[in-house]
Amino acid sequence: MEDPNVPVRIMRSPLGRAQGLGAARHGVGHWWAQRVTAVALLPLSLYFVASVLILAGATQARMAGFMAKPWNTVLFLCLIAALFYHLSLGLQVVIEDYVSHEGKRRGGIMLVNGLIVLSALACAVSVLKLAF
Amino acid sequence: MVEFTLPKNSKVGKGKTYKAAAGAKRVKSFNIYRWNPDDGKNPVTDTYEVDLDTCGPMVLDAIIKIKNEIDSSLTFRRSCREGICGSCAMNIDGTNTLACLKPIEEIKGSVAINPLPHMPVVKDLVPDLSQAYAQYRAIEPWLQTETAAPPDGERLQSKEERADIDGLWECILCFCCTTSCPSYWWNGDRYLGPAVLMAAYRWIADSRDERTGQRLDALEDPFKLYRCHTIMNCTQTCPKGLNPAKAIGRVKQLMLERQG
Repeated sequence: MEDPNVPVRIMRSPLGRAQGLGAARHGVGHWWAQRVTAVALLPLSLYFVASVLILAGATQARMAGFMAKPWNTVLFLCLIAALFYHLSLGLQVVIEDYVSHEGKRRGGIMLVNGLIVLSALACAVSVLKLAF
Repeated sequence: MVEFTLPKNSKVGKGKTYKAAAGAKRVKSFNIYRWNPDDGKNPVTDTYEVDLDTCGPMVLDAIIKIKNEIDSSLTFRRSCREGICGSCAMNIDGTNTLACLKPIEEIKGSVAINPLPHMPVVKDLVPDLSQAYAQYRAIEPWLQTETAAPPDGERLQSKEERADIDGLWECILCFCCTTSCPSYWWNGDRYLGPAVLMAAYRWIADSRDERTGQRLDALEDPFKLYRCHTIMNCTQTCPKGLNPAKAIGRVKQLMLERQG
């Protein structure tokens, strides 16, 4: 409802505003990837917890021996990929939900994704250094 | 944008109390949101004590009685008084519903009545729904076909095809669901909201319609559709017992299905 006492700044019709810039024609890939990574993380997280329990208090040498087994290297790299990809998808949605300012939203998503790439690479390199 | 507090001019103060007549036995208090665009003041909550022995069973009966007998300035929308027009949608006892379908006796203690959440208020319990109506118009809620209608009759549907739109066509567009959705509160300018998405699915699911693909195209958007995070407030609050969350889920499923 336009307040007659406030100078009108938006005279575009409600329909024009509702249609906005039209549909972006994407979003389904993002949504599906979020679900696939969530399902992948169920067994991978159980595996991670089990390996932490097994390795609790282990020496560095035993840790390296564990990580050098091909299955463990592969599963840890899968875990890191699924976890950080899922994190990136999820945090993007959170930022889009709560930040409506275009610049802040885009900047926030870029910043978060940058930190996620750094963390994911740091984790992956740690695993590879232990393994090889 | 998310807002955790009300803007300064929307903070709700304490208003007047209208006592019930002496000798009233079953007294119920109704705490009703009041805001008048003409007096330049903040909104307040007025308390009206109503004698239930002289009042009908529904919340709408009580507010009509208040308007007729206690305070004629109380402003609200109502029409059919039987849950088919959607006019008297408001927030009663913390839940969006239709005042005409809400029995007073279901509410313990005093009855809090507010306008539908997070919409601009025109006056008292009357929200401005222009944005939601425009979004409804934007999804083109009418039958669209290439094939000409048979010259000698209606477009036919099998019983199974007709059953596909059950639970969808009954929506009366009261917008209880849309205004209960946090995603709509934060991003209502871009997210279409549960009522409009269910209306869109009603035409996607209609076997007679021939623009299913274009309808899906128009919804495939991170904001228009994918702001739905399956919070389920919509389904919980629907006074008609419909399931907008399920309809939105079906739209997401179809989006995936057509990817290959």
